[in-house]
Amino acid sequence: MTLDLILFLILSLIAIATALGMLLSRNAIYSALFLVLNFTTVAVFYLLLGAPFIAMAQITVYAGAIMVLFLFVIMLLGAESLPKAEVLPWQKPLAGILSVALALEATFLFITRARPAGNIVAPAETANMMDSLREMSMMLFNQYLLPFEVTSVLLLVAMVGAIVLTRRERRVHQ
Amino acid sequence: MVPINYYIILSAILFTLGVVGVLIRRNALIIFMSVELMLNAANLAMVAFSSVIQSFSGQIFVFFVIAVAAAEVAVGLALIVEIFKTKRSIDVDQMSSLKG
Repeated sequence: MTLDLILFLILSLIAIATALGMLLSRNAIYSALFLVLNFTTVAVFYLLLGAPFIAMAQITVYAGAIMVLFLFVIMLLGAESLPKAEVLPWQKPLAGILSVALALEATFLFITRARPAGNIVAPAETANMMDSLREMSMMLFNQYLLPFEVTSVLLLVAMVGAIVLTRRERRVHQ
Repeated sequence: MVPINYYIILSAILFTLGVVGVLIRRNALIIFMSVELMLNAANLAMVAFSSVIQSFSGQIFVFFVIAVAAAEVAVGLALIVEIFKTKRSIDVDQMSSLKG
């Protein structure tokens, strides 16, 4: 068993455990913190896969910005632990059955249809990493320049939308 | 060397946990977090594929997915705050009427 495989197994255990913790914890703040840990683990997976830029973007954008926004909203609403509402009795067993079916189907289809070839190559050395970063940015700003610009417009629209949605409505006739 | 199948199985497991979260939890914020978990699982599969075929297209796509997720969270959380203001609750079972 190689070092890579051991690292992968430990990290995947952490990832699955934190995802379960997010699902099962009663307190929304604990859920958000479990999710931060999960995102960080996934960022380490990206490093193992030789994608340093995506790993850093994952940590800054997901674990940093997005989850801080979540925590802000949870604390703003005081929604740490909501009173339990009555739920439909058949909902949870049905959800369990459907999700197990989904997991089996997805794994089966991925493995049989995608027929992915071979192993993940070893993570690149430091010099190699910088090379790959340069190559990726060349691709991003040449071949994918238009999608990149469209993304910036999308972010602007989202910002305007968020401001419009949360703005206090001012009555004209008053 | 880690076989790519392991990454794909992990991604499928994480995606399924996200689906379970959407199905069993009634707190809108937790449901939203589960959606983020699903996006992450898909991203993991995409980076794994891009690492196997030695191309950066998958990573660039993941970059765009992260940007779109950020936009989605900004608008979604604004909507949740607005719903909380009118309903005083973010239980999704309470949101059964079209008109607030």
